[in-house]
Amino acid sequence: MSDTLHRTGAPPATRSARSFSFGALARRPEAGSFLGMVIVFIFFAIAGGANFVTLGGTASWLNVAAEIGIVALPVGLLMIAGELDISIGSVIPAASMTVAIISGYFGLPLILGVAAALALGLLVGFVNGILVIRTGVPSLIVTLGSLFAVAGLTLGLSVIITGSTGVPIQTGPIGKALLGQFIAGIFQVTILWWLVAIVVVGFLLHISRWGNWIFALGGDKVSARNEGIPIDRLIIQLFMSSGFAAAFIGISQAILYNSAQVSTGQSFIFNSIISVVIGGVLLTGGFGSVVGIVFGTITFAIVNQGIFYTGFDANWASLIIGVLLLLAVLLNNTFRKMALNYSPKKGKS
Amino acid sequence: MPAPIIELRHVNKSFGPIDVLHDISLKVDAGEVLCLLGDNGAGKSTLIKTLSGVHKPTSGIVLMDGKEVTFANPREASEMGVATVHQFGGTFPLMSVGRCFFVGREPTKKWGPLRIYDRATANEIAVKSIQGFGITRIDDGDRLVGGMSGGERQSLAIARAVHFGARLLILDEPTAALGVKQASHVLRIVLEARKRGLAVIFITHQVTHAMAVGDHFAVLIRGALAANFLKGEKTREEITDLMAGGESLANLDAEVQDVMDAEGSRASPVA
Ligand SMILES: Nc1ncnc2c1ncn2[C@@H]1O[C@H](COP(=O)(O)OP(=O)(O)OP(=O)(O)O)[C@@H](O)[C@H]1O
Ligand SMILES: [Mg+2]
Repeated sequence: MSDTLHRTGAPPATRSARSFSFGALARRPEAGSFLGMVIVFIFFAIAGGANFVTLGGTASWLNVAAEIGIVALPVGLLMIAGELDISIGSVIPAASMTVAIISGYFGLPLILGVAAALALGLLVGFVNGILVIRTGVPSLIVTLGSLFAVAGLTLGLSVIITGSTGVPIQTGPIGKALLGQFIAGIFQVTILWWLVAIVVVGFLLHISRWGNWIFALGGDKVSARNEGIPIDRLIIQLFMSSGFAAAFIGISQAILYNSAQVSTGQSFIFNSIISVVIGGVLLTGGFGSVVGIVFGTITFAIVNQGIFYTGFDANWASLIIGVLLLLAVLLNNTFRKMALNYSPKKGKS
Repeated sequence: MPAPIIELRHVNKSFGPIDVLHDISLKVDAGEVLCLLGDNGAGKSTLIKTLSGVHKPTSGIVLMDGKEVTFANPREASEMGVATVHQFGGTFPLMSVGRCFFVGREPTKKWGPLRIYDRATANEIAVKSIQGFGITRIDDGDRLVGGMSGGERQSLAIARAVHFGARLLILDEPTAALGVKQASHVLRIVLEARKRGLAVIFITHQVTHAMAVGDHFAVLIRGALAANFLKGEKTREEITDLMAGGESLANLDAEVQDVMDAEGSRASPVA
C-alpha cells in the first residue's frame, strides 16, 4: 500500500529534551488533585496538632486510603471509559460472606474461599458488562440493579446457609500475613497491595496501548468503534476488574476482622467515586490519570481520618468532603481548560 | 484505463420500512474528487456509511478495483483502504495529538518482557504527517486535540487517513462550521490528497467549496441519484438549484424580498 511512502523518509528528528517546567506540570490531569492534597494535608497538620503527623496518624489515613484506593483504581478506569460501577457496594460484602462461609462456616481451605469470592466478583462484573453492552441502558442504572440484586442474594443465601447475617472466620498465618496483618503494628498489609495495584493499573492506562483505547472509548464511543477498537470486550474487561477489586477488598476485610457481615461496603460506592473525581477524572469520561486517582484517594482519606485529630466534631467531616469535592471539580476544570488551550510558542503561527 | 477505485452498482438501502437510498450507481477513479451534494436528509451520510462498513446495502454491490467487496464492519473497510472522516466525529478532544492520530493502531515497542505504547514514535509521526499537509503550527504531539481549531482537527483526521494507506478518502461535511480561512485549508488538503492519487468523496452544502475541488458531481434527491456530471458541464446556478432538491431558486430573491417587506412594514423604525 501507499503508506510506505509516508512512513519512510527523513530519519527521526531529534526532539528537544523535555525540560522541566511548571506549565507542563499544571497541564497534567493530576495537577488540581495534587494541589488539593497538599492543602488538605497542611490544614490537618496544623488543625490536628502533633498527633496527626506521627506514624500513627499517618497509618490511620493510609489504611483507609489503601482500602478505598484498591477499589477506586478500577472505578476510575471505568469512569475514564465513560461508565460507572456502583455494584461494588454489595460485591464487597458478598465476597466477605463467600470467603467466611466457605472457609469459616464450612472450614474448607482458605484458598478455596478466596478463589470463590474472587470468581464471584469477576462474574458480577461480567454480567454488568454484558448487560451494559447488550441493553444500552446507562451503567449507573444497570449497576444499581446489580447492587440490589447482589445484596439481596447475599442476605438471602447467608441466612439460608448459616442462619445468621454475620459469620466468623479464623485464618492461618499465611492468610493473615497476606491479607490481614498490621506491619509494625499499625500499617495494614493492604497498603502494599494498593501499591502493586497502582503500578499495574498505571502501566495499563498510561503505558500500554490498551490504555489508549480506554481514553478513546470515554472520549467518543462511536468514533472509537469506527476506529476498530473492540469496545464491547473492553467494557466487559473493565467491569470485571472493578468486580475483582471489590471482591479483593471484601476478602481482606473478612480476614482482617475475623468475621464477615452482610451489610458492609455501601460506603465504598460514594467514597471511591468521590476519590476518583477529586483525582481529576472527568465524570463524563475521556480524561484522567492514575496518579490523580491516588492523590484524590489520599485527600479523601486525610479528611476522613484527620477530623479525629482536630478538636472538631467528626460530623463536620462530611461538610468538608462535600465542599472539597466541589472545589476539586472546579479546580480540575480550570486545569483541564489550561491543558486544552495550551499551544506552544504562541508568537509563531 | 484502470478500474475505478470504488464503484457502486444499483445500491439500495432501507432501514426497515424506510427507504433511504434508491438504485445508486456511481464510480470514483484514483486522483478524482467526487462531490456528493444534496439537501438535508437526502441520504448522503447514509450512502457513505454503506461505503465505510457502518451499514450494509440492502441490495446492490460495491466494487473496489473492479472486484466485489463486502465490509462486515468499519475496521474491515479501513483495512481495505477506505478511510472515513464522519460528520460530527473522528477526533477525541481530550486526547493528545499523537494518541489521537494512532487510536486503535498504536505503535508499540518492547520494554523488558512487555510491549508498551511508543509515545515518542507516535508523536513524531503524527506531527510530521500533519505538518506534511501544511499545518506547521502543530509541533508538539503531546498537545491536546481539543485545543486545535476545527480545521486543524479535520486536517489531523485526513492526515491520519492518508498515513494509514487510504486509497479512498471519504469526508462528510469537513468544512461545515469552519470559517473561510479554515475551510480553505481543508480544501487545500483535499487537493493535496488528490494529488497523491487518492480517490476522494467530499460532501458539502457549499457550492463554492464543491466547485473549488470537485472533478465530478453527484446530486442526491430523496435518496435517488438526480444528476451525475463532470466539472464544467453545469453552471453554478444549475448546481445550486439541484442542491436545493431540484426546486428552482430563481424566485428565491423575490420571495425573500417579500418576507423582508412584510417584516419591515410591521417593525417599528427604531433599529
Ligand atoms: N439508522 C437509521 N434508521 C432509520 N432512518 C435513518 C437512519 N439513518 C438515516 N436515516 C434516515 O435517512 C435519511 C437520510 O439521512 P442522511 O443522514 O443520510 O442524510 P444527509 O443527506 O446526510 O443529510 P445532512 O445533509 O443533514 O447530513 C433521513 O431521513 C434519516 O432520517
Ligand atoms: Mg449527513
